Amino acid sequence: MVYLTRLEHFNAAHKLYNPGWSREKNEEVFGKCANENWHGHNYDLYVTIKGDPDPDTGFLFDVKKLGEIIREHIIEKLDHKNLNLDVDFMAGKMCSTENLAIAIWQQLHAQLPPAVRLHGIKLYETPRIYVEYFG
Amino acid sequence: MSGNEKKVAVFRKEHFNAAHRIFNPKWDDQKNAAVFGKCSNPNYHGHNYELIVQVTGVTDPETGYVMDMKALSRITAEEVLEKFDHKNLNLDTEYFRDLNPTAENIVIVIYDLLRARIDLKLELKVRLYETERNFVEYPA
Repeated sequence: MVYLTRLEHFNAAHKLYNPGWSREKNEEVFGKCANENWHGHNYDLYVTIKGDPDPDTGFLFDVKKLGEIIREHIIEKLDHKNLNLDVDFMAGKMCSTENLAIAIWQQLHAQLPPAVRLHGIKLYETPRIYVEYFG
Repeated sequence: MSGNEKKVAVFRKEHFNAAHRIFNPKWDDQKNAAVFGKCSNPNYHGHNYELIVQVTGVTDPETGYVMDMKALSRITAEEVLEKFDHKNLNLDTEYFRDLNPTAENIVIVIYDLLRARIDLKLELKVRLYETERNFVEYPA
């Protein structure tokens, strides 16, 4: 078993705000992350797949193709966007890093060829905060 | 000041997260999109900004300090972090109502805010990273 990781990055605005709660409760729970007019991050996304190398190519999967799939289905939808307003697959969800990592997994899982096994999503919101999701 | 006094630069690193939109209100959406591309997204995008404040001067013989780093930290927190962190630079700060919040303009604003609080006998330089790969410095 080999694990292969591709790193991509995107910049986006978001806020942590539960529309079912009052503004006071949102501020109490989410603090400055609930700022009405958004704030933003430089996100780093690590996508790890796993499997055995193909005997003919030596590849687990063509990393160039993996990069294209991530860019087409994830980065183009998230980069320089507002995660709460502009992203179809985050609609109606809380825009936490946890939920974003799960949503990225779901999007990618549906797009990768059946032979490629997705192992994990590691998503950095800041250099000091990241989440991991393994499906 | 005698010629043999040695200058030392001291640095304080800080960071803040903010949303912004690169947008010229005198232009229509089409021209903004043509010039600024995805940076002009009407619903904003955002960054983790890294800030490096450089203060240069001769060490004080009484303290051994160029500047008390606790004071520099406090001034940076009051003038920059409290105003910009987890904010929308276009909407939530007074500085970018009529000024495009490019990294270039942000670094000049930060410099002016800090310059007003730091002893004029000390030199000041500010470096601002918008991403790991894009950064600006003022004065140049």
